[in-house]
Amino acid sequence: MKTFSLANARDLLVNKEISALELIEATLERCSRFAHLNALITPTPEQALAAAKVSDARRAKGKAGLMEGLPIAIKDMFCTEGIRTTAGSKMLENFVPTYESTVTTKLKIAGSISVGKANQDEFAMGSANNTSYYGNCINPWTSSTRSEAQLVPGGSSGGSAVAVAAGMALGATGTDTGGSIRQPASFCGITGLKPTYGRCSRWGIIAFASSLDQAGPMTQDVCSAALMLQAMAGYDAKDSTSIDIDVPNYAAALNQSFKGLRIGIAEQYQPNTLPDDIRALHQQGQDWLKAAGAEIVPISMPYTDYALPTYYIVGLAECSSNLSRYDGVRYGYRTPDASSLDDMYMRTRAEGFGSEVRRRVLLGTYVLSAGYYDAYYLRAQKVRTLIAQDFHHAFRKCDLILTSTTPSAAFAHGEKMDDPISMYLNDVFTVPASLSGLPAISIPAGLSADHLPLGLQLIGKPFDEATVLRGGKVLEDAAKFTYLSENDHE
Amino acid sequence: MSMDKEAIQKLGRLSRIALGDQQAEQIADELSNILRWIAQLKEVDVEGVAPMTSVLEAHAHPRADIVNDGYAPKRVLANAPQEIRGYYIVPKVIEQDTT
Amino acid sequence: MSKITDIDLGGWEMVIGLEVHAQVSSASKLFSGASAAFGGKPNNHVSIVDAAMPGMLPILNEAALRCAVQTGLALKAKINTYSVFARKNYFYADLPQGYQISQYEFPIVGEGTIEITLDDGSTRTIGIERLHLEQDAGKSMHDQHPQYSFIDLNRSGVPLMEIVSKPDVRSAFEATAYVRKLANILDYIGACDVNMSQGSLRTDINLSLRRPGAEFGTRTETKNLNSLKAIRQAIEVEAWRQKVVLESGGTIDQETRLFDPVKFETRSLRSKEDAHDYRYFPDPDLLPVVISEDWIAKIQSSLPELPDQKIARFQQEFGLSAYDADVLVADQAAANFFEVVCASTTPKIAANWVIVELFGRLNKTDLSISDSPVSAQGLAELLALLEKDTISGRTAKDVLDTMFSTGKSATEIVKKQGLEQVSDTSAIGAIIDEVIASNPGQVQQFRDGNERLLGWFVGQVMRQSGGKANPSIVNQLLKQNL
Repeated sequence: MKTFSLANARDLLVNKEISALELIEATLERCSRFAHLNALITPTPEQALAAAKVSDARRAKGKAGLMEGLPIAIKDMFCTEGIRTTAGSKMLENFVPTYESTVTTKLKIAGSISVGKANQDEFAMGSANNTSYYGNCINPWTSSTRSEAQLVPGGSSGGSAVAVAAGMALGATGTDTGGSIRQPASFCGITGLKPTYGRCSRWGIIAFASSLDQAGPMTQDVCSAALMLQAMAGYDAKDSTSIDIDVPNYAAALNQSFKGLRIGIAEQYQPNTLPDDIRALHQQGQDWLKAAGAEIVPISMPYTDYALPTYYIVGLAECSSNLSRYDGVRYGYRTPDASSLDDMYMRTRAEGFGSEVRRRVLLGTYVLSAGYYDAYYLRAQKVRTLIAQDFHHAFRKCDLILTSTTPSAAFAHGEKMDDPISMYLNDVFTVPASLSGLPAISIPAGLSADHLPLGLQLIGKPFDEATVLRGGKVLEDAAKFTYLSENDHE
Repeated sequence: MSMDKEAIQKLGRLSRIALGDQQAEQIADELSNILRWIAQLKEVDVEGVAPMTSVLEAHAHPRADIVNDGYAPKRVLANAPQEIRGYYIVPKVIEQDTT
Repeated sequence: MSKITDIDLGGWEMVIGLEVHAQVSSASKLFSGASAAFGGKPNNHVSIVDAAMPGMLPILNEAALRCAVQTGLALKAKINTYSVFARKNYFYADLPQGYQISQYEFPIVGEGTIEITLDDGSTRTIGIERLHLEQDAGKSMHDQHPQYSFIDLNRSGVPLMEIVSKPDVRSAFEATAYVRKLANILDYIGACDVNMSQGSLRTDINLSLRRPGAEFGTRTETKNLNSLKAIRQAIEVEAWRQKVVLESGGTIDQETRLFDPVKFETRSLRSKEDAHDYRYFPDPDLLPVVISEDWIAKIQSSLPELPDQKIARFQQEFGLSAYDADVLVADQAAANFFEVVCASTTPKIAANWVIVELFGRLNKTDLSISDSPVSAQGLAELLALLEKDTISGRTAKDVLDTMFSTGKSATEIVKKQGLEQVSDTSAIGAIIDEVIASNPGQVQQFRDGNERLLGWFVGQVMRQSGGKANPSIVNQLLKQNL
């Protein structure tokens, strides 16, 4: 629902039209009102109120940070010192980190205030926020044809998307491995940006697939995404895969001219099976960009069809290894009364992980195991090279690539549950950019036939978030997206 | 490519996840389906293509050899399910193997 | 070097490959800033990275990389400008990540060689297959409690170099010579502190038997040996076991075994159904390591003199025998000690006194050269007195004993005890006159041609002088006067 955006609220705070305490109180009130959406695993209202008072004092002293006093939600993948961090898993039900992730540290330093830890799929493995040990998260939107159905918010950053869509926070951190920021942003009618791999530090973020995971902002609009990315981005010596290059002024970049920018359109992103409403919105997006002065360029991305299976092999392999540390020895869940070390491992991991995580760990173990490594993992790494080359070639001809974010609008909880593959297909348009490490944004651009939000995705060149945001702003301005109205949720 | 119960149990052993018989059977079906689906990669000609281990073209920047961490056992033991005298505790291990 | 007799395997030939894990002498761990020092209170040298807390990431230690390259260069090995860290996945209570970060397909160092000296003085070249960097695991203690094992992660993440030989080793003697030489090289370049009792050098033995000239047989891997004695014993015990199995028509299983020095046996560590499948893959948290030829050249030019070079120099510059040079160089501290002594002494005398007299006394008291109560300068001072004929060789040995037990200087001891040698011909002449006068019978016998009596006269004169007369002057004057 369009309350005011993060960027609007910042102006109000700067102009002293509201105080941080007032803003936090209003936001916490919404957190209570929409608690039934289950967007937050661990709300932290007391800490937020205390922080608001400190924030107002800091502003009074003229020491306000970039995001001073702004309420945000933190996906539960980010380790937060002294605040329980679960990754949506029973395995970490009682885990209280003694350290704070680099990205949330930067957000704190910028003055933002966390209202709580957002729900998500377990270890970020899912596309519907229905694998969380802490229960399903509910999309505040409802279908015009089946108003009784509870819809999924998308995933894995479902709680973050819902918190922003329902005004329980003005921004939220997400993590995106194959679409976990962009797909829920699309389903919930908000803006979600996955930065270039290496732009934001991964230090202190619970790992799903290390070569793909990237933190990013989820907000109501593009200006807010620019503001929040500004606070999150930057080199971190504690992350070997973080890249030491300048972080430009994103807000300033939004105002630059869009004239002459070339927009790539690939036929491979418009399969015949795509529903009419999604196809039509994609055409509309092209028209909007053209009207703003951009040039439409046809491009070819021949390996697109292979992105999804490639993504799964790479992601499964990495997660099977990354999740080995959850063994009940040093932290996290431990099965009671184990008879031996091995018994402890076997039962701790069987009981601590949910079914989707178990499935992925088993399959990841398989694709790396002796005799199968070459056929699966090594082959996938090679196809990944080809997919990245597709983009490399395309970006010689264009500056941004426009695609739909998802092949459908939000679906109901309970659907697509029996077949994991149909669930995986949600990420078909988001995964290629993930495999190639490229920045990509989802902008709420229209409504589906049954009045649910649909997103458009813009993919940019490495470390060119500025152009991605600028293109996003053009779509946003043209789309005049109808945000959820206040009454739709009660 | 399809998998049977025994293959799943072997994966369960390797990844230290206990699986009941019925569960193994169900997972065998699911994983077989997923494997059939990802098998489409076999169509791709990858002759001469280098595998990608990182999207970044950068390489490692080693850190200086300085001791600036540790000396905080409470910090590393804070979440331990079981602790005695500053050690992590696990059920007794009979055979020693430090591979 | 004492001769070690290898066991008689009745025509079977051992084929041995060695994997030595050497702890890199760095201050901090391979991928974290926690101390890599030995010991410490439990879990005190542990960062949240070493404890594999969620979201933790590794950052490579530059010193570990440098040590690996140094060692590679010292082993005349190929240095790979591109190398990759990979994860070796397995579960164990003291392996926090559930994988060990190691190098697999692309190690930092490729093929090289080590020259070993055999007991007949000849040399043999043992091939090095590769050297790679990896993390050590923590420590499990099983004897603290009836129900529990205790886990200490102080060692978790300590940098190790694994140095893998080719299957070129053919006996327990060669194996220990190889490890001793490798330790020697590591000590010279300072890449490892080579303290076996603290586990800074641990060896795995891959061993199989074959009939000479035949194909290699199936090998076993005996793990974690931390002394030369254990290496020798484990090889002999395991080779004997394999011989017995093979000769009774059995087959050897490829497996990991553990040497029990108390029961004097090796035993299988794992059952077959639990065979390991390490699922190596490149660690996505670490980027490939790319090093420049310039950097390698810089390290090459800063390498210290290596043992083989020093042996050659000691022979050329000081005229030492191959044996003496080898013995001195085998211990860097001894070689340094010798060079200080040698600066003011005839090299052969210096070598002889260091090897025979000093080492003898150190061995008797179970001290290492670095703990020697007599310093190199102290020994040099003693040998200067000897070379100036101030004291005799016999007296010098007594003085060295006193130096050893009291820590006093040679000059001080000689002065205090009045041990200066008498070289004054008139004083010695007076004693000789007296000896000749009081032994007319012996004098007559000598003059009649019994020249062997000269020694007897020398003895008499030395005794009368209280051992202080210069024996060569005594000899000379006796010949004249008789």
